[in-house]
Amino acid sequence: MTTTPARLRSASGAGPRAAISEKTLRTDRWWLQPLLVFLGLGAFVVYGLVRAIMNKYYWASAEHYLAPFYSPCLTKSCVEGSSHFLGQPIPQLPSWLSPAMIILVLPGGFRLTCYYYRKAYYRSFWLSPPACAVPDGHKTYSGETRFPLIFQNIHRYFFYAAILVGSVLTYDAVLAWHGKDGGVGMGLGTLILAVNAVLIWAYTLGCHSCRNIIGGRLKHFSKHPVRYRAWGLVSKLNAKHQQFAWASLFSVIIADAYVMAVSAEWITDFRFFN
Amino acid sequence: MGTKRHFRVWRGDDTGGSLEDFQVEVNEGEVVLDVIHRLQATQTPDLAVRWNCKAGKCGSCSMEINGKPRLGCMTRMSTFNETETVTVTPLRTFPVIRDLVTNVNFNYQKARELPAFAPPAGVAPGEYRMQQVDVERSQEFRKCIECFLCQNVCHVIRDHEENKHAFSGPRFFIRAAELDMHPLDARDDRKELAQAEQGLGYCNITKCCTEVCPEHIKITDNAIIPMKERVVDRRYDPVTWLGRKIFRRDQLDEQPVSASPKPAAAAADSGSNWHQEGPVPQEAPVGADGKLVVAELTLDRAAAGSPFGDDQVFPLPPEQLRYQHPSPPTGDGH
Ligand code: SF4
Ligand code: SF4
Ligand code: FES
Ligand code: FES
Repeated sequence: MTTTPARLRSASGAGPRAAISEKTLRTDRWWLQPLLVFLGLGAFVVYGLVRAIMNKYYWASAEHYLAPFYSPCLTKSCVEGSSHFLGQPIPQLPSWLSPAMIILVLPGGFRLTCYYYRKAYYRSFWLSPPACAVPDGHKTYSGETRFPLIFQNIHRYFFYAAILVGSVLTYDAVLAWHGKDGGVGMGLGTLILAVNAVLIWAYTLGCHSCRNIIGGRLKHFSKHPVRYRAWGLVSKLNAKHQQFAWASLFSVIIADAYVMAVSAEWITDFRFFN
Repeated sequence: MGTKRHFRVWRGDDTGGSLEDFQVEVNEGEVVLDVIHRLQATQTPDLAVRWNCKAGKCGSCSMEINGKPRLGCMTRMSTFNETETVTVTPLRTFPVIRDLVTNVNFNYQKARELPAFAPPAGVAPGEYRMQQVDVERSQEFRKCIECFLCQNVCHVIRDHEENKHAFSGPRFFIRAAELDMHPLDARDDRKELAQAEQGLGYCNITKCCTEVCPEHIKITDNAIIPMKERVVDRRYDPVTWLGRKIFRRDQLDEQPVSASPKPAAAAADSGSNWHQEGPVPQEAPVGADGKLVVAELTLDRAAAGSPFGDDQVFPLPPEQLRYQHPSPPTGDGH
């Protein structure tokens, strides 16, 4: 007679697991990717902090280049010419606060709550988990179910804000076509700012929240052909979201550093014409 | 002619075990499961392993190979160096039964806890109509072969056994997404269920499930994140809320084509006992020494045991069934 042994009676999942003493048996270099991400994001944060505290060299007045970290420049403490159509609605700041700190909250929050960056820093900074099938570095785990991580759900507000930031960066890129002696001109900075704006848009529009809002939330694609098409386009960008996240991260640093160098007169802008 | 390779295979059961070393022949074109079978044939006749199709389609042969959750039948030996040791262990996240075989009942339990497709009211079976674009989206999720590699790799339960109670796992997030995106499904509380009952919030979208899925289902991008966003739609986003109020889009977005405001399914569903214990797995009949009998001649029965266990009565008593067919539509026009 077939019997049901006691140890299988606890079958609904409570029995002991296989006793394997090694924490992970992975033999590949699983630590390499989290390490690179750690260094990459760490470098970006350090650069961002230094730049935000610097509080100068963000406006190259002859070329009309505005550094992306200081755009839009909204306070009365902004250097002359660096504020544009949005004006200066915020009063003079105390000296330890720079205009960058005010505005960086938006793109910073956007990237901090981005689904891709969440994956990246949960793995490489929080080790939760550092890599697949490698044990996570924490005793207990509640994921994004409670404070503070439940606030990751506000990502879509940052997405709405990122649309505005993207528009401003586009405006800056257009402004950079200003010639040195008036009229239209183009320098290397113009090109860099334009490429940066394109990459920022590719990153922003590929956002998972955007994909949901545009069409992902629908139950019947067939009833909304236009939104379905738009969803298809956003999905294409979305599939490359990770790549655009890194590309736009680098491009924003390059653009900012370039404008800083031009504005500080460490280098002179290479002009294609005028 | 093949070469000799070094294998380490975990042997043991729920009382303990260890990695055992083997030198075993490997021929060109073989996969890890072939080598496990050669071990059975030549060195360890009682090595337990679960498999069926050898074609990556049944999802039985899930194991961990060099620490990575994989299908044994889809892992080619040519991906390893000739001198490389290949370590094969059972899935870590589930209780071990013996050697490479684990008890994956956790997954069946979670499957039962997920409410089934709810038929729209007033549409008889056979009258369901869907547009191709609507079908396509959930088609991806239907590729799932239930290998449970994603469930096994997910750190939420792999590293935190205590979360098993609250967390259903990626395989059932794709099921929830599939149903929530289904144009004919009449339930409109699947987002809330995913959050409250399935523990969607435990997932921190680190994408290991997507990395191991042998069917290459984009679990995180196409199911989990969209479900998280749908929960946000419902619970946190004033802009879409306002949009829905102004343009009266709520009906458009949320309700199935043919739905009446009250899902017929809710009623049918309440008759099913989703939390009922399943039949308990049974061991093969063993002799007095606790081992499998060698030949049928010495077995106390005329033929092999029933795969359902010999103490199972057929037909199953109806009150033990979990499935209840929805009652015929009573809607208008019929
Ligand atoms: S993405 Fe979420 S469900 Fe998938 S393995 Fe990671 S935590 Fe688990
Ligand atoms: S989703 Fe993929 S990994 Fe998970 S059970 Fe299905 S086929 Fe396996
Ligand atoms: S920006 Fe990455 S998901 Fe929204
Ligand atoms: S034996 Fe069927 S998937 Fe490997």
